[in-house]
Amino acid sequence: MNLLKTILAGAALAVGLTGAVSAAEKVKVGFIYVGPTGDFGWSYEHDQGRKAIEEAFGDKVETVFVESVPESADSERVMTQMALSGTDLIFATSFNYMDHVLNVAKKFPNVKFEHATGFKRSDNVSTYSARFYEGRTVIGHIAGNMTKTNTIGYIASYPIPEVIRGINAAYIAAKKVNPDVKMKIVWVFSWFDPGKEADAATALIDQGADIIMQHTDSPAAMTIAEEKGIFAFGQASDMTQFGPNARLSSIIDNWGPYYVARVQAVMDGTWTSTDTWDGIKPGMVKIGEFSDKIPADVQASATAIKDALSAGTMHSFTGPLNKQDGSVWLKDGETADDGTLAGMNFYVEGIEGKIPQ
Amino acid sequence: MFKLERRPTPSNAMVILTPVLAVVLTMIAGGILFAILGKNPFEAIRIIFWDPLFNEVVASYTRPQLLIKAAPLITIALGLSFGYRANIWNIGAEGQFIMGAVAGGAVGLAFYPTESVLIFPLMVLAGAVGGFLWAMIPAFLKIKFNANEILVSLMLVYVAINFLGAMVTGPLRSPVGMNFPVSRNFNEYASAYNGELIANTGLHMGVFVTLAVVIVSYILLKQHIFGFQVRTAGQSPRAAKFSGVNPNVTIAICLGISGGLAGMAGLFEVTGPAGKLSTNFPLGYGFTAIIVAFLGRLNPIGILFAGLLMALTYIGGELAQFQLSVPAASVQVFQGMLLFFMLAVEILVNFRIRFKKKEVA
Repeated sequence: MNLLKTILAGAALAVGLTGAVSAAEKVKVGFIYVGPTGDFGWSYEHDQGRKAIEEAFGDKVETVFVESVPESADSERVMTQMALSGTDLIFATSFNYMDHVLNVAKKFPNVKFEHATGFKRSDNVSTYSARFYEGRTVIGHIAGNMTKTNTIGYIASYPIPEVIRGINAAYIAAKKVNPDVKMKIVWVFSWFDPGKEADAATALIDQGADIIMQHTDSPAAMTIAEEKGIFAFGQASDMTQFGPNARLSSIIDNWGPYYVARVQAVMDGTWTSTDTWDGIKPGMVKIGEFSDKIPADVQASATAIKDALSAGTMHSFTGPLNKQDGSVWLKDGETADDGTLAGMNFYVEGIEGKIPQ
Repeated sequence: MFKLERRPTPSNAMVILTPVLAVVLTMIAGGILFAILGKNPFEAIRIIFWDPLFNEVVASYTRPQLLIKAAPLITIALGLSFGYRANIWNIGAEGQFIMGAVAGGAVGLAFYPTESVLIFPLMVLAGAVGGFLWAMIPAFLKIKFNANEILVSLMLVYVAINFLGAMVTGPLRSPVGMNFPVSRNFNEYASAYNGELIANTGLHMGVFVTLAVVIVSYILLKQHIFGFQVRTAGQSPRAAKFSGVNPNVTIAICLGISGGLAGMAGLFEVTGPAGKLSTNFPLGYGFTAIIVAFLGRLNPIGILFAGLLMALTYIGGELAQFQLSVPAASVQVFQGMLLFFMLAVEILVNFRIRFKKKEVA
C-alpha cells in the first residue's frame, strides 16, 4: 500500500513539479567521499559531519553527497554536476581529489570548495586537515606500554607526509616508554581496501606484532585483531563494534564543528580561502574512550599526555630527535615547525625499513 | 522440467528490439528498487536516463561527458570484438590499457620540458605499441605453447598494475608531488597534454579517434577480407584453415589489435581526463569494455551505442545519487540489472523454453 502511494505520488511529482525544486534560499552543501559512507572509518566520519550540518541548520541547508567517487576524472565530473545543480559549497574529502578540485573551482568562481588534507589552495578553495599525529602520540604511548612482543604493526596507505608523520609520532611515543619497541610497517597503497587491509594485518601478526595501528579506512584490521586475540586501535572512527575485546582506544575524526563553522561563514558571506590544521584542543581530533584492558597507570599517563597536547604544553615532535640516518633533526627541547611536518618524508631514528621510493 | 531449445530463425524484429526491451525491463525493476528505498521511482528513472541528455541545467555539460566517459570503453571494446569473433579471448585489456598509458606517458615525460608538436603523436604511438607488446605476450605463449590466453592475459593485468605502481613510486614519480606516488601533471606540460579540442566541452582527441575507429572497424568487419577471416576462424576453424587462414596469424593479429587499441585508449585517458599517472589510474575500463563488447553484440555500431549506454548509467547514476540521496550500491545494482535483462532477453530471442516431462532413457 505504501509502495503504491509512493509510486502514485511520485508520478504526480515527476510530471508536474520537475525543475521547481529548492527555489527557496537554502544553502546547498555537497560532499564527495572516496569510500562508502558505510566504511565505518574515514568516509563515515565525514558523513557524520554532513549530518551535523543538517542538525545545526535544519531547513536553512540542503546537503547532498556522492559516495565511492574514484580519485580520478570521475570526481571532477561529479563536482561539476554538483556545481551546475546549484551547490554553494563543496567538501572534497580525499587527498587525491586535489587537482580535480582546483580544475572545477577555476570554472565555478562563485562556488566555494573545501579540500580535506590537500595543500593546493586558490581564491575559492580552502584546505583543512586534522593533526592526527597528536592522536598517534597518545595511542603510541599506550601501545609501547602494552606490547608484550615489543612489536607494533602499522598498516600504512600511501607514503605521503601525512602518513609518515603518523608513523613517526606513534613510534616516538612508544619508544619513549619502551626502548626495545619495534615497528613493522606494511604499505597497502590504498585508502580503502578491506581485503588488502586484512591481509596486511595477518602478515603483521605473523611477524610477531601484538598491537596493530592503521592509516587506512576500513575496520578490517580490527576484526582480524579480534579474531587473533590481539589489540588494535580504532582509526578515524571508534570501531568498538568490530573489536569489542581488541580495541584499546581510537583516534576519532570529528569534522562536525569545522563543517558547521564553514557553512555558517557561507551564510554570513564571510567565507574566505583558508588553511586549517586543528588538533586535539579544538576537538577536531578526539581520543576514544580507553578500554579497561589498559592498566590504570597507563590510562592515567595517556590522559596526561592528551591533556598536555591539548593545553599546548607538549608537542608530539620534541627533540632530541634524530632522523633515521642518524643525522640530528631536532635539538634538545626543540619542537618541529609546521612546514617540516607538512612535508615530512623521512623516518625518525630507530624505525627499520625504507619509505617506498 | 524445462529446457532451452534453439529457435530455427530468431525474429528479426526481436533482435532489434532486444536492447529496447531490456532497457524498459530495467526501468521497471529499477523503479521498484528505488520505490522500496523510499524514492520516487519515476523521478529516479528520469534522472538516470533523461537528465544527462536533456536536463536544461546539466545536459550541456553531461552530453559531451558521455562521449568522454564512453570513448575508452568503446575503443577497447572494438579491439576486443575482433578477437572474440575469432574465439580468441583477450580478458586482459585492462593491463594493455595500463601499459599503453605507462609507455606513452613515459615517452612524453622523458622529453619534459621540451615543447614540440611531435611529442604528442609520438606518445600516442608509444601508447599503442605498449599495449600491443603487452598483448603479444599471451599471443606468443598461445602460439608457441598453446597456453590459454584467457589466463595469461588476465594475470598480466595484475603484473601491469604492479608495474605502474613501481613506475610512479620510482622513475616516473613527480619531483613536485610531495612524495605521493603520482607522475607530473600532463596538463602542466603543453606538448604532452591531451586537452579539449572544442572549447568548454572537454572533448579530447581520444573521443574523435574513437569515432574513427568505429568506422574503420565497421568497414574492416563488413567489407574487408580480414573480417571474413576472423568470422570464419570463429565459426569454423577447419573451414578457415582450408580457405588459407593461418590460425597463428589470426591469433597474433587479433590480440595485437585489441592490445594496441587498449594501449592507445590508455594514453588518451592518462594524458587527458586522468591528467597524471598514479596508482589510482586503473578503474577497470578494460573489464567494463568486455561487457560493452558483448552488449553491442561484437558489432561496431552496437558497441558504440552500448558504450554510450554504459556511460549514461554512470553519469545518470551520479546525478541520482546526489539528487535523491540513494546509495552508490543501488546504482550499481541498477547497472547490473541492465546487463542481466540484456542477456536474459537475448537468450529468449534465440531460444524458446520447452516444458517437458522427464523421459526415461
